[in-house]
Amino acid sequence: MTALPPFQNLLDEHAADVIGVLRGAVGRADADDCFQETFLAALRAYPKLGDASNLRGWLLTIAHRKAIDHHRANGRRPVPVAELAEIEVSDPEPDEGVWKLVGALPPKQRAAVALRYACDLPHAEIAAALGCSPEAARRSLHEGIKRLRKELA
Amino acid sequence: MKDALQRLATRAAAEDLLDVAYATVDSPFGPLLLAATPRGLVKVSFPQFGTEETLEELAARISPRVLEAPARLDEARRELDRYFEGELTEFDLPLDWQLTGGFREKVQRAIGRIPYGQTRSYTEMARSAGNERAVRAAGTACGANPLPIVVPCHRVLRSGGALGGYGGGLPMKEALLELEGIR
Repeated sequence: MTALPPFQNLLDEHAADVIGVLRGAVGRADADDCFQETFLAALRAYPKLGDASNLRGWLLTIAHRKAIDHHRANGRRPVPVAELAEIEVSDPEPDEGVWKLVGALPPKQRAAVALRYACDLPHAEIAAALGCSPEAARRSLHEGIKRLRKELA
Repeated sequence: MKDALQRLATRAAAEDLLDVAYATVDSPFGPLLLAATPRGLVKVSFPQFGTEETLEELAARISPRVLEAPARLDEARRELDRYFEGELTEFDLPLDWQLTGGFREKVQRAIGRIPYGQTRSYTEMARSAGNERAVRAAGTACGANPLPIVVPCHRVLRSGGALGGYGGGLPMKEALLELEGIR
């Protein structure tokens, strides 16, 4: 078992990614609250974490769950991912129409698309963040993209 | 982001999730790392030992829930500032002794009772801790003091009055003794 690093290291190294993912998933206005919930939950569970080899994936998984909790609690449709604007994205600039559609995807597909194209994560890390197998992550991503293509056509 | 982190530290403390709070504070001898548990100040560390190593040690020995939370160290910082200005002669801070134990702890607690501006020998410290012959062990206990300055191991000298050793370096030991009007 790898020794657990001081929790502060997790904040120093991954807080920016977590807030980025949350802004994509719940919108800027609610991302801060989800950020607090994510790190409090992480802090609560941390001493018993057996495997410290992928702390970033672990944190993103918690963030993802908090985003889902948030949507359930609000019982409303997700805030459009257009609010991702602060994160660096690859060209071409995302146009609002596409991200509105992304925001309307089912949660897993939406998260997979956001993690892949807004956060630039590889499949393995998307899987870790979503708490599923890489195949399942790939499938969610594929389904999401397929649906977007159809709606844009 | 800074606000978010501060808020997190406050909420963590309120929910009993802040096992080790730390802060880096300025001193005339360079930055000092201070760490506290809910019980009290647990570690004072000199910069040359490396912040990262010290935090890793705290994570391994106390709890990995280690967060930077300067507000929790405010009182310690204030007292240290006043001590370095020569205004404070006795620290009044809750201390957590969990990083020490056994004979070492006895010696270190005895060091904590040496009054400001006075010195003791390693032999005297061994005696205070209940074993006059364990002079070498008393020396080791001084060196292993987890709370230097606050637990004033700089007031412990060799029997002939020679400086002995100091974790923060002998110039610092000398300066602290001078500050207290000794030497």
